[in-house]
Amino acid sequence: MAAETVDGAARGAGAPSDAPMVDIRGLDVTFHSKGRTVHALSGIDLAIEPGEFLTIAGPSGCGKSTLLRVIAGLTEATAGEVTLRGTPVEGARRDVGFVFQRAALLDWRNARGNILFQAEMRGLPRAWARERADALMEMTGLTGFENAMPYELSGGMQQRVSLCRALLHEPDVLLMDEPFGALDALTRENMNVELRRIWEATGMTVVLVTHSVAEAVYLASRAIVMGPRPGRIIEEFPIDLPGHREYEPTLESPEFRRVSGRVRELLGSAAHAE
Amino acid sequence: MTELTRQTPTLPSARLVRRARPSRRRRASRGLVAALYPAVFLALVVVAWFLVTATEMVEPYIIPSPADTWAAFTDYPDYLWEHTLVTTRETLAGFAIAALVGVLVAVLMVYSSTLEKTFYPLILFAQVIPKIAIAPLFVVWLGFGTSPKILVAVLMAFFPVVISGISGLRSVDPELLELTSTMGASPVKTFLKVRLPAALPELLSGLKVAATLAVTGAVVGEFVGANSGLGYVILQANGNIDTAMLFAALIIMSLLGVLLFAVIQVAEMFLIPWHASRRNRG
Repeated sequence: MAAETVDGAARGAGAPSDAPMVDIRGLDVTFHSKGRTVHALSGIDLAIEPGEFLTIAGPSGCGKSTLLRVIAGLTEATAGEVTLRGTPVEGARRDVGFVFQRAALLDWRNARGNILFQAEMRGLPRAWARERADALMEMTGLTGFENAMPYELSGGMQQRVSLCRALLHEPDVLLMDEPFGALDALTRENMNVELRRIWEATGMTVVLVTHSVAEAVYLASRAIVMGPRPGRIIEEFPIDLPGHREYEPTLESPEFRRVSGRVRELLGSAAHAE
Repeated sequence: MTELTRQTPTLPSARLVRRARPSRRRRASRGLVAALYPAVFLALVVVAWFLVTATEMVEPYIIPSPADTWAAFTDYPDYLWEHTLVTTRETLAGFAIAALVGVLVAVLMVYSSTLEKTFYPLILFAQVIPKIAIAPLFVVWLGFGTSPKILVAVLMAFFPVVISGISGLRSVDPELLELTSTMGASPVKTFLKVRLPAALPELLSGLKVAATLAVTGAVVGEFVGANSGLGYVILQANGNIDTAMLFAALIIMSLLGVLLFAVIQVAEMFLIPWHASRRNRG
């Protein structure tokens, strides 16, 4: 039953198992506003494999959020091809889970109600959704807060609710736009560890945009660094760290230091280029 | 496809802040304390009123004494009740029509920019026309029955409903709307589950303003041409220099407005208990 939650037609159609989950070729995005033309993304080529944890780091204004929005179909590509699970992205996609920097919860619903909102809007079976919501809340440490209203929750807890909502319909791709950017440092580290653990447990494809170097390297199986004006991919790093990562040992490991040092260098020069 | 494994969190959930909700009883006692302030002030006003009239500083036909005003209530209860009912009916009908049409117009304008561009300036223009000035026209068109009074009440109450409705429906988080677009839900579902609840706090504020204006509208309609209603009572009392009766009618009118306002206030308690305006009271 759970497998039917995402539209089955798209899943079966023309998506061989070895094809990339997301395939972007020659992507260009330009915005026109107030007589000015902004070249947000230029010549992006990117393939994201199923089960990959891809992080995208870059200075603000490099178009990293735009790239994520293009994958979800929330922003239209000006030129180039974007396919998700073998089907071209035209308009908002239903087979993704999206997490914004702000939790964007419904103020009038409690934690469980906010998570089940996903199921109600999609018309998923009620009993199944409820069971899955409970399991997700347990996994993200929300047990005991099922009936708490958003205003009773801290920022970190609100973002957990937002994450559960994004996972409820078992999307193939989880897209996260600086999800922990508004949290304090300690909560952010905890959320990183939990997200990594959830990814290990589920094996889903995650694309996460961040401007934190540590986050980009710690979480990723592959990290991409972007530069601004026009937004483009400068370099990509396969992260050669163990699958299961304890937080502090990972941050102190030579590989982490090597990669994050290099990423920081790139971000620094990208920022100076402005 | 993705297998969800049940697993207890490896980390203690950090920063579990939960603010306690005030208990129902505490909230109720707070409400009584809050009512005390205006009650004390009102009592002082009545005392001042009594002193002014008791010392005969002004003639009774200019300001009647509290006792005379009270006598107007007790001497003519049926008369006042009958006319109060007329004005109440007109007010409620006007308010209901204004609320329904106002919300409908707000929804149409939020969803269609063409409609908004066409009608928003016209509604604004219509709002600027003094309703009191066009009330006689309604009597010419609709006669001396209740309909011209209801129409004036509608016109008075309509504007705040539309304005608060539009701004309420627009106040929804754009990211929330983007999120619903990835859920493939119908626009109707999105409206009912996201837009409308998000609009309720502002809409209810607009309805509170509209309620008091509807009373004014009904009475203004009665001023222009009527043989019943509180506006008629005021005109009659004025003609007879019966200031006590005039005061009595004024007090009933005010109570009518306050009562309608209070009904919406109570509705807020049930409809938007989550909203900051309700949580931060007291």
